[in-house]
Amino acid sequence: MEHSSLAGRIFRGVALSLILIFFMFPIVWIFLMSFQSNDQILRIPPRILFEPTLANYEALISGQLRTAAGNLQISFMRNLFNSVVLSSAAVLLALLLGVPAAYAFARFKFRLGETIAFTLLSFRFAPPLLVLLPLSLYYQELGLNDTYLGIVWVYQLIALPLILWIVRGYFEDISPDIEHAYRLAGHSWREAFTRIAVPLAGPGIAAAGLLSFIFCWNNFVFALILASADKQPVTVGALAFVTASGIQYGQIAAAIVLSVTPTLLLALYAQRYLVEGLSLGAVKG
Amino acid sequence: MARLEINSVSKAFGAARPADRLSLAVEPGEIVAVFGPSGSGKTVLLRMIAGMFEPDDGDILVGGRSVVGAPPERRGIGMAFQNFALFPHMTARDNIASGLRARAGGGDVAGRVAAISKLLKIEHVLGHAPRELSNGQKQRTALARALIGNPDVLLLDDPLRNVDAKLRYEMRLELPNLLRRGTAAVLYVTQDYREAMAIADRIAVLIDGRLAQVAAPADIYAQPASVAVARLFGDPTINLAEVSPVVEHGMLSAMVAGARMRLGAADGAAPTGACWLGVRPEDLAVSSGSTDDAIPARILAITPMHEKAVLLLRLADGTEWLAALPPDAPQGAADDAVFVRFAPDQAMLFDRATGLRIGPSQRLKAA
Repeated sequence: MEHSSLAGRIFRGVALSLILIFFMFPIVWIFLMSFQSNDQILRIPPRILFEPTLANYEALISGQLRTAAGNLQISFMRNLFNSVVLSSAAVLLALLLGVPAAYAFARFKFRLGETIAFTLLSFRFAPPLLVLLPLSLYYQELGLNDTYLGIVWVYQLIALPLILWIVRGYFEDISPDIEHAYRLAGHSWREAFTRIAVPLAGPGIAAAGLLSFIFCWNNFVFALILASADKQPVTVGALAFVTASGIQYGQIAAAIVLSVTPTLLLALYAQRYLVEGLSLGAVKG
Repeated sequence: MARLEINSVSKAFGAARPADRLSLAVEPGEIVAVFGPSGSGKTVLLRMIAGMFEPDDGDILVGGRSVVGAPPERRGIGMAFQNFALFPHMTARDNIASGLRARAGGGDVAGRVAAISKLLKIEHVLGHAPRELSNGQKQRTALARALIGNPDVLLLDDPLRNVDAKLRYEMRLELPNLLRRGTAAVLYVTQDYREAMAIADRIAVLIDGRLAQVAAPADIYAQPASVAVARLFGDPTINLAEVSPVVEHGMLSAMVAGARMRLGAADGAAPTGACWLGVRPEDLAVSSGSTDDAIPARILAITPMHEKAVLLLRLADGTEWLAALPPDAPQGAADDAVFVRFAPDQAMLFDRATGLRIGPSQRLKAA
């Protein structure tokens, strides 16, 4: 980077701070809210300085929501657990199905290949509500309503196309000659896939897996319609905070902090792979 | 010890026919260069032998056993790729050893890797990842990987294409010894006729999916089977003129740009009719004095190339020819009027309809 004048450096510092504040403000504000009571939150004008309370977190973890209208049972921790189970299982299944499929689409030309790939992608641009009505009828028939399997399956609409299309690009960037060379060295095509193609597409697979995990985690409408209380993830569970005696802002904030934490930690851990992965695919080495 | 035999192999991709009834045999320990312009089907031939494509027709035998339909890993073939195709996530050592470990009873892997890398002078970079290697080291690693399993058949797909000129020169000297160490039948693809001539025992000239000629390097240069082969060998390329030779007093001659040039004694099968006359630039003599068997010409440009000087000449009828002269020969200057002559036995004649070489050495025609 070139050396710039003092004014330039100050300007850059100010601009960076503004951008940082703009993007970080909602997160910081929610973090602060999670340590305040409903009264403190709704006070006008709002204050930065307050006496922090852990009541919101206590309520979430114990499952007892005390409101003016009495005690309420909430199953937030159960919802959080559901989110983890559903998203992980959905991504795992999508990786198991999607990575070999992506390899096939990248390496082989077969009848209807492009059509199949595009159809899978089109799941991403169909509005979920359009799919949901027929799907809920089918699910009732099949007994998949309100099961983990059913939700993990419907999450494939989110995760599978994403993994398929991102990972396919990575496989296409690997020179087929590298795999040919490995086979000529005496290895089967299966070994060429697992020891050459998959490791080389590793950053892409990690990036696609992380992205689809985030999308699954944030999904609301599929689980709302297809699952009942004990199978619902946090996104749907948050509705419980809209109570008869008003909206429990403090608990909502605490719930958001808790539900964002796993994805945030995962993203921070995988950030290196994510950036490397997303840019590696763009530039052919 | 296994012979590689290609029997009438054909392959088509849509309208393109990169292999059209190719037949070729390579003996154990022999190096055959497959040479041809780009797009002539060299790489397709190699890939059919390696098992990346199957031929539409014909058979490929290694040691008398057909390998068509067998998976690449069971064909006993080693291959070095033009783009090296090293495994980027493995060290050079693991790249080289990958073949040995896969085969049953790899034995002394470390010892064999050490031996082959010593031979190729890459012992000091065995711990490095491919991206840390220079192009020359990458190519040596790829060669080591292809050689280490002592394959029956060794396929080299233009391995010197992506290395710099100095290294290419060194490798041209080193490779023949290296490849002859074992008993592999070697097929060496190249687009550089000098490389083919330097490395190979025989050259197979592939043009548009057909083998135009298979012969020893010197024979191909001196007696090209066709005008297309003659054009591919030599730098600058061969000079051509459209002629209709005639026989007079038992001597064959032809009019070139208004001058009657003697082409030697006419034997029984003397060609008449439309022909190409071909003379290599280094076989031309240029002088300022006129004789009756010289073509009048004008020098358009002179390119000194240190070991020779290349003259661009315009003949009386407008044809442009090139002459390559020793640098100390009197050359004249641009725009000088000169006379061009050549010895009768240096002239080649090709049938203009078929492109095939005709004349005294017709019986030597290989293809």
